[in-house]
Amino acid sequence: MYSHGSESLIKQAREIQEPELQKFYSRIAKLLQGREYGHETIDSLQRLYLILSATKYTRMLPSELQKRLLSLLLSSSVEQLQVLCSAVLRETLPPSGQELNFNQDTSSLLSSHAAVLLLSQTGSRGDLSCLSAQLLRSLEGRPSEGPAHSLTHTLPIINTILTHSPECLTEDHVTLLSKKLVDWLRYASIQQGGGASSGGFFTGPRSRQPGPIAELDGTVSGDFFTVLCVGQGFTEDQWMNVYSFSMLRHWLLTYNSTSGGHTTGDTASRLQLSLSLSHSHSHSYDDRSEVDGSVVSMVSATSSSSRLLPPKERLREKAFQYCQRLIEQSDRKAQKRTDTELQKACLVEAVCILDSVCVEDASLVYRAFPCVKALYGRLSSDLSFARVLLPIAQFYLNHGEMAAVDCECVWKLVFGRFPAELFNDHFLAHELLQFLRQNLGNLQLRVPQYISSFPNLLKFLAWDSPAVVDDFVDLLPSLVTAGTAVELLHSLLDLPCLSATLVLQLRSMYFPISEPGGRGLLSLEAFRSPSYRGLFLFLLRGEAGSGNCCDTIARLNKLHELLAEAVDWARVVQCAQTVPVLLHVYFNTVITVADEKLLAQLILVLLERSSLLFNIPKYIKEIHRVFSCHLLRLCKLRPSLVVDQSHELLEFAGTTANVFSKEDVFTHVVWVLGEYLSVSSDSRCSVELITSCFESLEAVLFEVTSSAPPPGEAHAAPRVITSLMSALAKLASRSHDLIPRVSLFLSKLRTVTRGGSVPWCSNEEDIAAVVTRGEELWSLLKVPSVAQIVLTPPPHVTTPQWHRDTNAAMPLQLRALTSLTQSH
Amino acid sequence: MVHCFLIHTICPINVLGAGESRVLYSRVFGPDENTLDGDLGPEERRLLQKEKLLVVARQVRSAVALSREASGQVVVETVPGEEGVALMEADSGVLRLRAGDPFSGERSALWLGIQSLGFTLVCEPHENLLLAEGTLRNLARHCLEHLHMLASGSEVLLKSDRIDVLLSRLLPHGQLLFLNHRFVQSLEKEVTAYMAK
Repeated sequence: MYSHGSESLIKQAREIQEPELQKFYSRIAKLLQGREYGHETIDSLQRLYLILSATKYTRMLPSELQKRLLSLLLSSSVEQLQVLCSAVLRETLPPSGQELNFNQDTSSLLSSHAAVLLLSQTGSRGDLSCLSAQLLRSLEGRPSEGPAHSLTHTLPIINTILTHSPECLTEDHVTLLSKKLVDWLRYASIQQGGGASSGGFFTGPRSRQPGPIAELDGTVSGDFFTVLCVGQGFTEDQWMNVYSFSMLRHWLLTYNSTSGGHTTGDTASRLQLSLSLSHSHSHSYDDRSEVDGSVVSMVSATSSSSRLLPPKERLREKAFQYCQRLIEQSDRKAQKRTDTELQKACLVEAVCILDSVCVEDASLVYRAFPCVKALYGRLSSDLSFARVLLPIAQFYLNHGEMAAVDCECVWKLVFGRFPAELFNDHFLAHELLQFLRQNLGNLQLRVPQYISSFPNLLKFLAWDSPAVVDDFVDLLPSLVTAGTAVELLHSLLDLPCLSATLVLQLRSMYFPISEPGGRGLLSLEAFRSPSYRGLFLFLLRGEAGSGNCCDTIARLNKLHELLAEAVDWARVVQCAQTVPVLLHVYFNTVITVADEKLLAQLILVLLERSSLLFNIPKYIKEIHRVFSCHLLRLCKLRPSLVVDQSHELLEFAGTTANVFSKEDVFTHVVWVLGEYLSVSSDSRCSVELITSCFESLEAVLFEVTSSAPPPGEAHAAPRVITSLMSALAKLASRSHDLIPRVSLFLSKLRTVTRGGSVPWCSNEEDIAAVVTRGEELWSLLKVPSVAQIVLTPPPHVTTPQWHRDTNAAMPLQLRALTSLTQSH
Repeated sequence: MVHCFLIHTICPINVLGAGESRVLYSRVFGPDENTLDGDLGPEERRLLQKEKLLVVARQVRSAVALSREASGQVVVETVPGEEGVALMEADSGVLRLRAGDPFSGERSALWLGIQSLGFTLVCEPHENLLLAEGTLRNLARHCLEHLHMLASGSEVLLKSDRIDVLLSRLLPHGQLLFLNHRFVQSLEKEVTAYMAK
């Protein structure tokens, strides 16, 4: 599809030289002088566009050419010329001082392509205001004699202006447009448009009779015109009906929320005013609502007379009716597939509009709820309508409490079935997670299922990590609570396994029968076998707190074995890459909600899981790195944790195998023991504890530095050895009986390494670093009191108090006073 | 409102770095968001806008690559005439663009990947994505057909006015339209008439 030809075209366009370009400009200018424009002109304009747009740096056109193009854009009736001129002018800038100014051109309607240019080069809000004023003037007047679509682009332009600066429309404009929208939405013609566009052979007197509009299933329509009505041709106001509905939601959101909160007192006085006004306007062309007597309307018959409402409220009422009608119409079976898709989109839009209308005017909730509830009943069992059910869930969340409706079933669907069965629907995942993000506060307060369904929600992440990890970075903090913290941590660490399991689940559905012969996956077999069912079902659980977490942890090794062939599946690898990021988010949040007991539990989980991770290349190392970082933070935050969990930490640190298989974590555990196992961190720390810790670490250090590493393992990094030595020195500085033992070891180490190579380290520089550190510690320990202060600094040294400490404060105060007095 | 529509490459290109994308067609709707608040000169504004579009194209490219890698899908080249097949086998997805990365507000980038080219619609977060999806597919189908994109020509570069006209009917000024099949037929008739010239 993308060929070398295209690549070289772009290159040529970018690298065209200035003289050649100028020649090209003058040639085009000459071509545009004439009256007739042939293929050569069009071709040249297209090439000019390519030259201008291929580079991100702006090229300026000669001003004569610019003027000519502009006048062509405004005056030509050939659409191709308009399009090309608009495109070319958009890619360049007007010469300064000649910014586009269409104010004087009020006689002719601005074509759509000219408007495109104007919008793209608009310099300020003032320009937009002028444009919007001009557009609304054109709407106010009589229907033009121009081509059928001359008015239709007005609404999209106004919508664009709204998006960028809603204040460009004055109060009068808003009122005018509200009235127009009401007319187009509710009172569009219900006869089919004349077959003017389909002229030719078959226009006879009979076929010229336009019949009534029809519904999507072919039956004759019995109510007002909507986007879900069809006909052979369409009248202009039916087109405007489509354009009006297309921008309705945005209009309501913009002008309702900026309406400044009208009070009921205001409403009463405005009613009075509109009553008196409506008398004088009863014969105005614009207000066609007088004429609607003949239509038998299902929806409008049940609603109260809205003629006395001010324009904005009237629009709200009509929007309400329109949406109700759409919901009714969507129940019909459309004849074309594209129309079925449109019905779904209309349902989403209708429910969203009902929601925003009810937010503005709470009294409408009682009318809207039966409709929405019925719709929910109709669609809740059909998963293909899942994306329509999300706006319905939003409606329930916003208004369920006021209408005293039970929303349990909705949440069961949203947090239960959707993630469990539709985790692989990209769009649903995006929309559901967006729904969660936008309603986080509300959900945390009112919907307990949200937090307890995190195992289900994580399925979206496990399936399509790159697309949704961003959303989870935002959502994860809300899922971390004291009750869910430990289980959530396990779930995060097991995400790659979940990913593999979901792949197997889908494969199992699509290929229910095992393939004979070699192509069958071992993991798929295991997934189907009843003896391991429990393991997989636990991973696929929908709610937190169900099932036995500890039981499964014990069998994790087995699970990893069964899923061994999944370690190089792309989906699993992508998932594994997102886990470290989420773990950081998790730990950053958990320290804010956890008490000491929970933090202790988490440390244990860290130690336990560091050896129970799915064996994806680099995954284990990354996770260890994250663990080390946060172990450090936790202990720094609560140093007493070290004494508290000293038994488990010692067990970990005392196992020599950990030096090689979990180097990162081991190093940090050792450091943490050395640093915080002291009386100043926790008064429960006894001499016996220090001594037993010392002995465990000493044993490991002896083992590591006396022989070569076990077969298959690399040499222990010098960092491990130096951290062991430092930890021993620190512990010794707290219990001086241990000093001779350390000093002896350190001097022996120096002697041994002087002999040259050692079995436990191959690099000379590394050996030198270790020996240097050993010597430093040895000299430090020769003076025990100094060693104690350096290696176990009292708290007031590590947490300086500056001005709060009278001793440290005096010099600071004197200095401040001196500089103040000297500045005068 | 749709903020912009892009057609860009999603396959590796020799002359560009890995992960880079070549933008073949771009159209931003409405006033430049940089205009109304910043105080950059017009040239800088244009440059900034182009850079932002490039960022979006790159992000979509990597999203497509990751999605294809994860699903293990093999991209099959189709020949001109098989536009329907190409469209059916296209992968699609949606990407969240955080506020500031690169647009000042949050946006969603809806993408459709057809072999080596991607079609992307950048929408406001509250947009009706069902409608946007349908519109995007329709636009892509018309582009494939009228610009012969399955062949190795360069019409997408040399006949960009056709895309402009297509957009002016199906997505005027970035407005997504609720069009049933009759309205679509009527608009498509106009588009086909234009393309025939």
